[in-house]
Amino acid sequence: MQKLFTQNYLVNKFTSYILATAFLFIAILMGISIGTVSVPVFDILNIIGAEVFRFPPNEQINPMHSNIVMNIRLPRVLLAGLVGASLAIAGAAFQGLLRNPLADPYTLGVSSGASVGAVVTLFFGVSIPFVGMFTLPVLSILFAFLTIIIVLIFARRIDRGMKVETIILTGIIFSSFLGAFISLMIALTGDELRQIIGWLLGSVSMRGWDYIYIILPFFLVGTIILLLNGRELNAMSFGEERAQHIGVDVHKRKMMILIAGSILTGAAVAVSGTIGFVGLVIPHLTRLIWGPDHRHLLPLSILTGSGFLILADLVARTIISPTELPIGVITAIIGAPTFAIILMKRRNKGRG
Amino acid sequence: MLSVERVAGGYSSEPILKDISFEVRKGELFGILGPNGSGKTTLLNMLSGVLPFSSGNILLNDKPLKQYSAKELAKIIAVLPQHSSQAFSYTVKETVSLGRYAHQQGWFQTWSKQDEQIVQQVMEQTGVALFQDQDIQQLSGGERQRVFLAQALAQEPEILLLDEPTNHLDLSFQKELLDSLKRWTNERGLTVISIFHDLNLAGLYCDRLLLMENGSIHSNDTPNEVLREKRIQTVYKTNIQKHPHPRVPAPQLVLLPDVNEQNSNCTIDESLLAVTNEFIAIKTPSPLRTMSSGVVGAGTGWHQAFVNRHVDKNYNCDDHRQEMEDFLRKNGFEPSETVGMMTAVMMEDFCYRKFKEEGFSIFIVVTAGIGNAIDVSQSAHHSFELSPGTINTWVFVNGHLTEEAFIQCIMTATEAKVKAMQELEIKDKRTGTIATGTSTDSILIAATQEGHEHEFAGTITPLGKLIGNGVYECTIEAIMKSRKRLIS
Repeated sequence: MQKLFTQNYLVNKFTSYILATAFLFIAILMGISIGTVSVPVFDILNIIGAEVFRFPPNEQINPMHSNIVMNIRLPRVLLAGLVGASLAIAGAAFQGLLRNPLADPYTLGVSSGASVGAVVTLFFGVSIPFVGMFTLPVLSILFAFLTIIIVLIFARRIDRGMKVETIILTGIIFSSFLGAFISLMIALTGDELRQIIGWLLGSVSMRGWDYIYIILPFFLVGTIILLLNGRELNAMSFGEERAQHIGVDVHKRKMMILIAGSILTGAAVAVSGTIGFVGLVIPHLTRLIWGPDHRHLLPLSILTGSGFLILADLVARTIISPTELPIGVITAIIGAPTFAIILMKRRNKGRG
Repeated sequence: MLSVERVAGGYSSEPILKDISFEVRKGELFGILGPNGSGKTTLLNMLSGVLPFSSGNILLNDKPLKQYSAKELAKIIAVLPQHSSQAFSYTVKETVSLGRYAHQQGWFQTWSKQDEQIVQQVMEQTGVALFQDQDIQQLSGGERQRVFLAQALAQEPEILLLDEPTNHLDLSFQKELLDSLKRWTNERGLTVISIFHDLNLAGLYCDRLLLMENGSIHSNDTPNEVLREKRIQTVYKTNIQKHPHPRVPAPQLVLLPDVNEQNSNCTIDESLLAVTNEFIAIKTPSPLRTMSSGVVGAGTGWHQAFVNRHVDKNYNCDDHRQEMEDFLRKNGFEPSETVGMMTAVMMEDFCYRKFKEEGFSIFIVVTAGIGNAIDVSQSAHHSFELSPGTINTWVFVNGHLTEEAFIQCIMTATEAKVKAMQELEIKDKRTGTIATGTSTDSILIAATQEGHEHEFAGTITPLGKLIGNGVYECTIEAIMKSRKRLIS
C-alpha cells in the first residue's frame, strides 16, 4: 500500500514535469513561429538544429526565415522566457518566505526598486568600471535588494506579526514613492526620455542577444541558490520560528533567499523593464495544480513562468498587429484580476 | 541534561526574565506555570534557541546552547508551539516529513528508508496516519495540533518543549496527549518541558513544577509543594482551594467563585419530612454538604434529597445499587443528587427530633432495627453476611462545618449510638455480650454550610453536645418503638 502510494506520488511528480516542459516547448515554438511572417514549426527545428547544434543545414530553408528566427524571434522568445522564469521563481520564493500568496517582486516594491536603479543608470549614464555592460543589472539588483530590506524592516516596525496586509501595503507605499522618483527623473531628463520611457513600459522586443547574455548569469546564480533552498522554504512557510525549531538556520537562509530573489528580479527588470504579476500568478497557479512543496514548486514555476511570458509576449505583439502592446499590459490584464480573486478567497477563509 | 544559569533577557531592552536558574533532568516531565505575562513563553523561546538571552547561560548536555548550530539543536530539542500558521495547503505527510530536516544530510538531502519509517511511526503514535494525504488546512484545530506533534517527534528529540499543548484539544485528547508524554518520559527517557495553563493537569502529570511570577522564579519543586493554596492564591491573585484527587495522589485546585451565593435561609426540620410506608424522605431547597455511608451517594458530596427506604427482610439483589437507583428514579429522586439508605425497619417506627442551641440547630432522624446486633469487640465470631436490621442515623446541621467537624460529627454520633445500645442492654445474640451496633449501620451527616461556623464537633463542643445528646435520645426512642412492634 505504502509502496503503491510512493510510486503514484513519484509518477505524479514526473508527469507534472513532463506537462510543464511540454507547455514551455509549445510556447517557444509558437513564439518563434507566429508573427507578421509565419515560420513553419518544422523549419524552426531545422534552423535551430543547423545554427545552434551545427547539424547539416537543410537546403530548402528560406534564408529570410533563418534570419528572422535567429536574429529576431529566438532571442526575443528566449529573453521573454528567462524574464518570465526569473520573475516566477523569485515570486514563488518570496511567497514561501513571507508565507503570503500575494507577495511577488511587483507587489513588494522590489521591481520598483530595481527600476530606480536602472533609471539612475540610464539618467546619469553611470558606468561602473570593470563591470561594463553589467552596470545596469548590477545597479538594478542592488536597488532591488535595498528595497526589499527596507520594506521588510518597515513592515516589521508597523506590525511585528508581519501580517499579509501590512507587507502588501508597505510594498505599495514604497512602489508609489519610488514611482514618483522615476517620474521626477523622467521630467528632468531631456535626450534619454525615449529610452527611459520605452524601457519603463516593459518589453522584450528588439533587445537582441546582448540582453540574454546580461540576464543569463544572474538567472543561473539566483535560480541555483533558490533551488538549493527548497526544503528551507517549505519549513519557513510554517513560520520563521517553526523553521528554526526544525533546524533551519533561518537568518542565513533568509538572507540567501532575499538576495537570490533580488538578483533575479533586478536582472529581469534591468533587461525588460517592470513587468508585473508574473511572479504572483504563476507560482499561485503552479501551487494550485501541483501542490506547495517548494522543491518542486520552484523548478515547475521556472517552466510555467517562462512559457507564460513567451505567450504573453506573443499576444502583445500580435493582437493589434502591426502595433505592439507593452507586455506589461497583457500580464496586468491577467494578473490583476487573479490578485483580486486570491485576496477575496483569503478574506472569506479568514471569516469562515 | 538541561541547566539554566542566571538567565535574563527579553524582546526589547527591558528584560522580561530576571535571574532564572533551574535544571531539568533526563526523563522528567517538567511543567512551567505562571499567570499571563509572567514570562513562560519567553523562557521557552530561549530554551528552544529562538530568542537570544542577554546574560547568563543555558547548558544543554554540558555544552552552551549558543554553541549549537540550528541543525544540531533540532536533533536534540523539538518544539510544539501554541499557534502554528500554515499559509499553504501541505498534506499531513509533507508537514510531518519536514521534521526530518535536521537529520538529512548533503546537498540533495535524499529521503532514506529510515526517514520514511520514522515518519510513519510518529504518525501512528499521534493518530494522524489515517489522514496523512489530507490537506492540513482542512483539519480541525486538535488534529492539526497532533500533526505538529508528529512533526516534532519526527525530529527524534531528546527534549520536547511544549507551549500549552492542551489548548485546542478536547478532554479525551488532552488526556491522551499527556498520557503519551508521560509514557514516553518513562519508557524512552524523553525529557518534556511544557507550559501549562491548567494547574490541575500540571499537578496530575508533572514530576516537577516551575512557578513563575513577573519574570522570575517563584518556586521550583514537586507539584504538591508548588500547588499550595496560599502560594497559588498570591501568584495568581485569585481565590482557590486545594483538594486531593479522588484516585491518584495529586493535588487539585478548585476555583471559588466570588458571586454571592444567595442564602436560602432554610432550616432543615420536620416540615421537610415526607413519610410513606415505603420510605422516609427529606428534600431540601438547596444542596447540602454531606458525608455518608448510604447505598447511593456515599462519601462526601453535595446532595439535595435523602431517602431511607424500607426493604423486606429477605431483600436480596445482585446489584442492589442499581436496584436502588431504579427505585429512586421511579419515586422522583435523581440518584446523583440523593443519599439513599435501606432498612428492614417499618417506616412508622422512625424517630426524629429537632434540637436547638443559640445560633444553630440540628435535626436528627433515626430508624433502628436490632435483630442483628453485634458487639464490635467480638465480631470475629460472626461470618460476613449482609442482613437487614439496621440503625440508620441522619444528622442535619443548620450551620457551617469544616471537614474536620464532619468527621467528628460521625464519631460523636457513633459514640452516642453505642451508649444508647448499652443503656438498653441490647445483646449480641451469638456472644451474649452487649452490642455496639448492627452489622449494616449507616450514617449521614449533612450541613447547610450557611450561618454559624463549626470548626469542631467533638463531644464537648456546642455542636458535639447537641449531637451526642440528640442521637442518644432518638436512638433509644427508635429502638423502643421497633422493640414494641416485635413484642406485639
